[in-house]
Amino acid sequence: MEEVNQPEAPVINIQDLHKSFGSLHVLRGVDLRVEKGENVVVLGRSGTGKSVLIKIIAGLLKQDRGDCLVLGQEVSTLNQKELRDLRMKIGFSFQNSALYDSMTVRENLEFPLVRNVANLTRAEINEQVETVLDAVGLLQTINQVPSELSGGQRKRIGIARTLILQPEIMLYDEPTAGLDPITCLEINELINEVKEKYHTSSIIITHDLTCARATGDKIAMLLDGQFLKQGTFEEVFNTEEERIKSFYDYNFIQ
Amino acid sequence: MSAKKREHVYTRRLDSAFLAVYNGYVFFLRFFREVFKGRMEFQEIVKQCYAIGNKSLLLIGMTGFITGMVFTKQSRPSLAEFGAVSWLPSLVAIAIVRALAALVTALISAGKIGSSIGAELGSMRVTEQIDAMEVSAVNPFKFLVVTRVLASTIAIPILMFYCTAVSLLGAFLNVTLNEGTSFIAFFESAFEQITFLDIFTSLAKSIAYGFTIGIVGCYQGYNASKGTEGVGKAANSAVVISMFLIFIEEVIIVQVSNYFRI
Ligand SMILES: Nc1ncnc2c1ncn2[C@@H]1O[C@H](COP(=O)(O)OP(=O)(O)OP(=O)(O)O)[C@@H](O)[C@H]1O
Ligand SMILES: [Mg+2]
Repeated sequence: MEEVNQPEAPVINIQDLHKSFGSLHVLRGVDLRVEKGENVVVLGRSGTGKSVLIKIIAGLLKQDRGDCLVLGQEVSTLNQKELRDLRMKIGFSFQNSALYDSMTVRENLEFPLVRNVANLTRAEINEQVETVLDAVGLLQTINQVPSELSGGQRKRIGIARTLILQPEIMLYDEPTAGLDPITCLEINELINEVKEKYHTSSIIITHDLTCARATGDKIAMLLDGQFLKQGTFEEVFNTEEERIKSFYDYNFIQ
Repeated sequence: MSAKKREHVYTRRLDSAFLAVYNGYVFFLRFFREVFKGRMEFQEIVKQCYAIGNKSLLLIGMTGFITGMVFTKQSRPSLAEFGAVSWLPSLVAIAIVRALAALVTALISAGKIGSSIGAELGSMRVTEQIDAMEVSAVNPFKFLVVTRVLASTIAIPILMFYCTAVSLLGAFLNVTLNEGTSFIAFFESAFEQITFLDIFTSLAKSIAYGFTIGIVGCYQGYNASKGTEGVGKAANSAVVISMFLIFIEEVIIVQVSNYFRI
């Protein structure tokens, strides 16, 4: 990159974020920066609040304390209209895909498009649907309903549905959970392709270190409601910290 | 203020009951705020109307027919005691138009439509489909709630008229088999006592019931708690609460219409 080296504002900037549910203190002072064009992987055990974190970023939950700036805007203070405009720029791939099961794949993909982009002709809609479906390699499923798809296919359709609005930020919640190793590799490739084709900055939540290594420019390890360590894969796992080591050892037990 | 925060104001259950009423009220107001805002999902409304009709047409038809027939049969002996069997058609018609048809339609729809709206939205909430709509910058309230409430408000009055017609047919069948009354004679005498106010009241009732069924089902589903049992609970309370409200509305509307009758 031959650009003048001026520091660009981070796409996502989270500082001292706290969130509790009743007496359960889930996030306890989270700090996270995502720079433009960067894939950040968030690792952590089940129930540490990874999903809660990205739901706060997308404005589905509100933090109790701390800042969550996305594209320079504090999410929790946005009004309905501003939040809508921001969400057009965020793609959220859900842990369980969350496809609309009363609709076909085509209708699933059209759904956000026709409601957010005015004055599209039928041909333009079809073209855009087919483009993103092709990008995830599932053009043949266009007329199927979600219940006829496999878990991996659903994940990919879920990603396609978020791509159709051409987001600047992608939030992947466990994109490879519950999939076989080969499908995992395909999803990892897809995530990297998305980054290249659509120039997105992403947060990828996962338990899977292969996925973390393949897709992450930066790794952040969530433990006890805080990011214990952030850095490249080697930096994070080249450590004597017992809890990080055990996470690593468990993943590569074979 | 005491140092330790009190967990509840009265008892926990009473608190949550008040809170539920308040939240329901907020939901109700939100419906009116959002109904004319933004894009109207006509296609979805038509689809929902069709689904409602399709689901309950047969059941309401059968129940209405049997109600009309049995009610006629059971009323005959008491009229016969006074030698007034010729009043049977108009008596039955009054009962059907003023009370039975609207109530039968509403109760069946509460069971059939209310529970299915509650379960559908509940499972969409639980599987995060509603959140997915929200993050894709679509207003799920507008797309899911407003359409379903409008659809049931439109479809249930239509079903009520259908139920009236089928019940009268059932009554006619019973009368013609026993007294040999002709079709025209039956309906002439049936409609003798029916006024515009009766039909109007029935219509008003079924609009209120339709709205109630839709909004209660949507409220329960939309706010379903996480987990699969949340779905069942949503469907179940949709039925119970809408039936309860329907009876309250029945009492109120009958009182009001009697006020106009005099
Ligand atoms: N809406 C909510 N209401 C109450 N508690 C919640 C809510 N959402 C999450 N929690 C709680 O917050 C904690 C963290 O949940 P979260 O879903 O973020 O975990 P996670 O790190 O994504 O785990 P997993 O890897 O299993 O998905 C859990 O204990 C959960 O019970
Ligand atoms: Mg999660």
